[in-house]
Amino acid sequence: MLNMVVCVKAVPDPKEACNIKIDPHTKTLLRCDVPLVVNPLDKNAIEAALQLKAQFDAHITVLSMGPPEAGNIVKECLALGADQGFLLCDPAFGGADAYATAFTLAKGIEKIGTYDVIFCGMASSDGSTEWVGPEMAAMLNIPVITMVKEIVESDGGQWKVKAGIENGYRLVQVQLPAIFTVTRDLNTPRTLSFSGIIKARKKDITQWAVTDLDVPAEAVGLKGSPTIVSELNTTESKREAEMIAGTREEKADLLVQKLADVGVL
Amino acid sequence: MEKSQGSVWVLAEQIDCQILAVSYQLIGQARKLADQLGASVEAVLLGNHIEEQAKELILAGADTVYLGDSPDMEFYQPELYCEMIVQLAQERQPTIMLIGSTFMGRELAPLIAARLQTGLTAHCIDLVLDENHILEAKIPAYGGLLSIICPQKRPQMATIAQGVFPKPEPDKTRTGEVIPLDIPMDTPRRIQTLEVVREVADGVELESAPVIVAGGAGAGDLEGWHKIADLARTLNAALGSTRPAVDEGWADLETMIGQSGKVVSPELYIGVGLSGEQQHMVGITNAQVMVAINNDEKSPVFEQVDYGIVDDCREFVPVLIQKIKAYQEKKVTC
Repeated sequence: MLNMVVCVKAVPDPKEACNIKIDPHTKTLLRCDVPLVVNPLDKNAIEAALQLKAQFDAHITVLSMGPPEAGNIVKECLALGADQGFLLCDPAFGGADAYATAFTLAKGIEKIGTYDVIFCGMASSDGSTEWVGPEMAAMLNIPVITMVKEIVESDGGQWKVKAGIENGYRLVQVQLPAIFTVTRDLNTPRTLSFSGIIKARKKDITQWAVTDLDVPAEAVGLKGSPTIVSELNTTESKREAEMIAGTREEKADLLVQKLADVGVL
Repeated sequence: MEKSQGSVWVLAEQIDCQILAVSYQLIGQARKLADQLGASVEAVLLGNHIEEQAKELILAGADTVYLGDSPDMEFYQPELYCEMIVQLAQERQPTIMLIGSTFMGRELAPLIAARLQTGLTAHCIDLVLDENHILEAKIPAYGGLLSIICPQKRPQMATIAQGVFPKPEPDKTRTGEVIPLDIPMDTPRRIQTLEVVREVADGVELESAPVIVAGGAGAGDLEGWHKIADLARTLNAALGSTRPAVDEGWADLETMIGQSGKVVSPELYIGVGLSGEQQHMVGITNAQVMVAINNDEKSPVFEQVDYGIVDDCREFVPVLIQKIKAYQEKKVTC
């Protein structure tokens, strides 16, 4: 049996995330109730696991760390076809940087116990890092391949994958267990089906708090984070656009004139 | 080896024995930080047949280059590279470690950070020292700028995109030491790079292009994207992209301009069908003249450029191409 763990993150809906701004006076975040969704690249990670499950005798565990609302995105992954869900949820986990997040997820994976393959999205959409997958790999002492765009061979304990590099790819052979962070090139994520939603009702989500992971509270969340935000500054644009108006033809003529004046034509 | 009194490290990178531009740029910035700290600049360079290249890093500003030169390291081998750098960092205890936001850097940096149990800031657009000599790594977020610090753990690590810092002029009078590294034989080899395939990128190179046309989600579809590409060709410009255009599959990741892509400073930038997202715009703020074409007159992009045109880019761009061609022909005939 191939045991897969997929790590997913609840992120503010990228379509509305531009509404999250800094209040220039209080320097705090104005969130404007942006809903949480599955991080887009994590959908490719789930899809990779689902496609393997269609080929092999396999089991998919979904793991997330986040507020109680993140349970909804774990549920969504179960409805897509994952077998089991875990949510690491505790106020102590709050304020975690990539290192503390990777540490907490790695502890969750150790507690889950059996795993051959761990999939993560290559990055999260909410402006943070690409570090969680590789940092988990270092903490679990297993290999990691980042930016995977094709799984070439996936039978047996040695996989071959293609992963991104500048203007091309590298073909890599890797010994399981291993972590793969995936890109959009890997697959096209499926959408939810009605029957999947019905089946997911019978599947459980287990919540683990800091005491369940057997780690000191100082090792997680803000306290376990080597990096902190020291300042939040607003920036102001130094430019102000001169709008070029008129009919389409006129606008094009005027722009060509401007470009000629700049000396680039 | 003598223990250094604080050092600023750069993980230099080479592809086919050519040191990447970002590595020189980081040496330049490391030199500035090290001079303020009274520290040395040390680079790590791994590869095969790269002894001459190590000397170039010294001319660029490094005091010491740790050189791993072996056929085993012809390709980037994650476990071997990581092990060598971690062991060396544990021994030498650098205060700062800078890494380019390249494919290799983005995989290696978090592996090293986790092994050294320290913090790593992603894709900074500036690096300064605060009054306590702590590194402030600046990243754009939420329409503002965050300063990330790593107050306790060392080294303070950060990845930086190509183009954020200028390339230092090589100083032929500079001297420094190249220290060869032993290649450990007992590293796990669970990962093996079997093959590296690179395609020659077509079109004008973004980094050095005087004119850049960048397209975004407003292209609508591949057909719309091709119109923007035509505009770039007509102007003999490099074609850049935003994250949404890459996500749609219209553009390659290598063409992405912004915080996690490339930072460029052309004479002219034309942004087509893009909304002025901060992560993109931080990659282009140093352009001399900026133009935006967007169908939404309220688009934030118009607050960040010099000339704005409100129109559907799919309709407007073909007209603009005709007008440019007409101008170019007229110029040739007069």
